[in-house]
Amino acid sequence: MSPTPIELKDISKIVRRDVLTMVLEAGSGHLGGSLSAVDLMVALYWDVMRIRPDHPVWEDRDRFVLSKAHAAPALYAVLARRGYYDVKDLLTFRKLKSRLQGFPDMHTTIGIDASVGSPGQGLSIANGIAMAARMDGRQFRVYCLIGDGEAHEGQIWEAAMTAAHHNLDNVCAIIDRNMMMGDGSTEDIVALSPLEDKWRTFNWHVIEVDGHDFERLGSAFSEAASVKGRPTLIHARTVKGKGVPFMEGKPEWHDRKLTEELYEEAMRALG
Amino acid sequence: MAEMGLVDIRHSVIETEATNEGYERGLIELAERGFDVIVMDADLAGSSGTSEFRKLFPDRFLDVGLCEQDMIGTGAGLALAGKCVFVTTHGMLAAGKAWDIIRSTICYGSLNVNICGADAGLSAGGAGGSRQSLEDVAVMRTLPGMTVVVPADAVEARKATIAAARIPGPVYIRFASARVPIVTTDMTPFTVGQAAVYKQGGDATVLACGVMVYEALKAARSLEDEGLSVRVINCHTIKPLDRAIVNRAAVETGALVTAEEGSTVGGLGGAVSEALAQSVRPTPIRIVGIEDRFGESGRHEQLLAHFGLTARDIAAAVREVHSRKRGAAEIEE
Ligand SMILES: Cc1ncc(C[n+]2csc(CCOP(=O)(O)OP(=O)(O)O)c2C)c(N)n1
Repeated sequence: MSPTPIELKDISKIVRRDVLTMVLEAGSGHLGGSLSAVDLMVALYWDVMRIRPDHPVWEDRDRFVLSKAHAAPALYAVLARRGYYDVKDLLTFRKLKSRLQGFPDMHTTIGIDASVGSPGQGLSIANGIAMAARMDGRQFRVYCLIGDGEAHEGQIWEAAMTAAHHNLDNVCAIIDRNMMMGDGSTEDIVALSPLEDKWRTFNWHVIEVDGHDFERLGSAFSEAASVKGRPTLIHARTVKGKGVPFMEGKPEWHDRKLTEELYEEAMRALG
Repeated sequence: MAEMGLVDIRHSVIETEATNEGYERGLIELAERGFDVIVMDADLAGSSGTSEFRKLFPDRFLDVGLCEQDMIGTGAGLALAGKCVFVTTHGMLAAGKAWDIIRSTICYGSLNVNICGADAGLSAGGAGGSRQSLEDVAVMRTLPGMTVVVPADAVEARKATIAAARIPGPVYIRFASARVPIVTTDMTPFTVGQAAVYKQGGDATVLACGVMVYEALKAARSLEDEGLSVRVINCHTIKPLDRAIVNRAAVETGALVTAEEGSTVGGLGGAVSEALAQSVRPTPIRIVGIEDRFGESGRHEQLLAHFGLTARDIAAAVREVHSRKRGAAEIEE
């Protein structure tokens, strides 16, 4: 049975606490973009994707490509809490010889479907996996999480054309539309709006949704799974730094170092 | 070598600074001196060393977002229209992601676009292998007309930035945000294309660039105590390589070690090997660097030790080439 939105919220809170602890312990890491994407990944891993954490390489599992790879802390915490590996491993994040490298490495971390790092490259990977699924008659779906700033990258738009041209309805991309990137607002740096319309003109089925509302996310992902002949983009409106008031909407928390004091304050705010 | 104006690494407390600070000072100085300079960044102003420039000269600064390829192409256009352009992004994004644009637009057109690789080498630390750029020097070095400079410290980084503005064609300069020891001063001579002897010696030579210059000087000190006299050369310009100084070191000391915070494939070690293999006297050489593999997560100084990039590793390499040179001499006899 899938968890209720309230249960998902509770899981998200635990994951957010993990993310803060990991980044404090590591002394570096991307907080803002991890926190904005936690709910999206929790929805996917607990409610949407067909996976078997006890059989991470099950051939028919749904795949997830974290194109905005700097949100690795969120993905690592999600995988640990979902049972892929020990939660204690999270404390080794970014440390020498850790299995949890700064950016996801499929050869060291259980449950990672594709090694990723450099922004802009994930959607092409997702398309390739989806094409192979179709060639082999497999039913699994491929999910790809993209940052909005990341959507500046030209390769994203090449991949957007490819997915639509090949009618890859087993591809579902999610944009973490927090309106921020590293140096400031996406709209001040190089405007993306109207981003939904761009994907529509690229022949994608577009669903707009509040990226922190589990009920809406659940229906959006169901709708995506029912669309035939076209890939779907879930345009998820999110808040960078979600859950920690002093980080919310603040670009400087993209990768600022967390102090002990602020860590305590953030944990209190999360509750 | 008092005339080099070097910091004495034996006693004074060694100060450290990130080379991207030197980049920033150089950019500001250029603008203040009236150069028609335009600085571009790809959403990295927070860490690449352009944020102060952005504040002081907003009209000369362009943040293009995550559009590295477009940035470098636009930089080409600005250069064609007469601007002195500095484009800034992570080392591997400049050298890797935008390589074809650098090749086919900038180098083919021989344009004055200076490409600044931020956070190169192992400096990205915790971010790990995908972000650390170990191959940038090698891939940039293959491009016709490209100048490649790896400054030893922040002081030299400033000089390299200013020098790049005066070089008509493209220059790749490698910077980093990890703090590294300052070994040079404003008095230390710096000319692109001319390597500099920082310590004389007759038994072997270490040619180093970047942070490895400091490590090489330390290694040479410790080898002195063992009775080995080691020459240390700051080979900041990988291309065009100062062949004269390399050949002289080969002839006079007969054993060479190169040291760089990058891949052993095609970087400084590759450049020196190519020169040596075609010189009059084949010379034993050891390349100290990262052996054809990706980096990994860890703190910068931990990683330097982990990958064998310390004074101790250089000293071991020097002993090894020196013994090979002796072996060769015995065979000749
Ligand atoms: C190709 C590339 N460009 C830039 C960076 C540095 N970087 C990583 S994430 C990021 C900002 C991304 O913005 P966005 O996708 O909106 O992420 P979010 O706001 O969700 O964290 C930057 C500049 C990089 N690692 N690689």
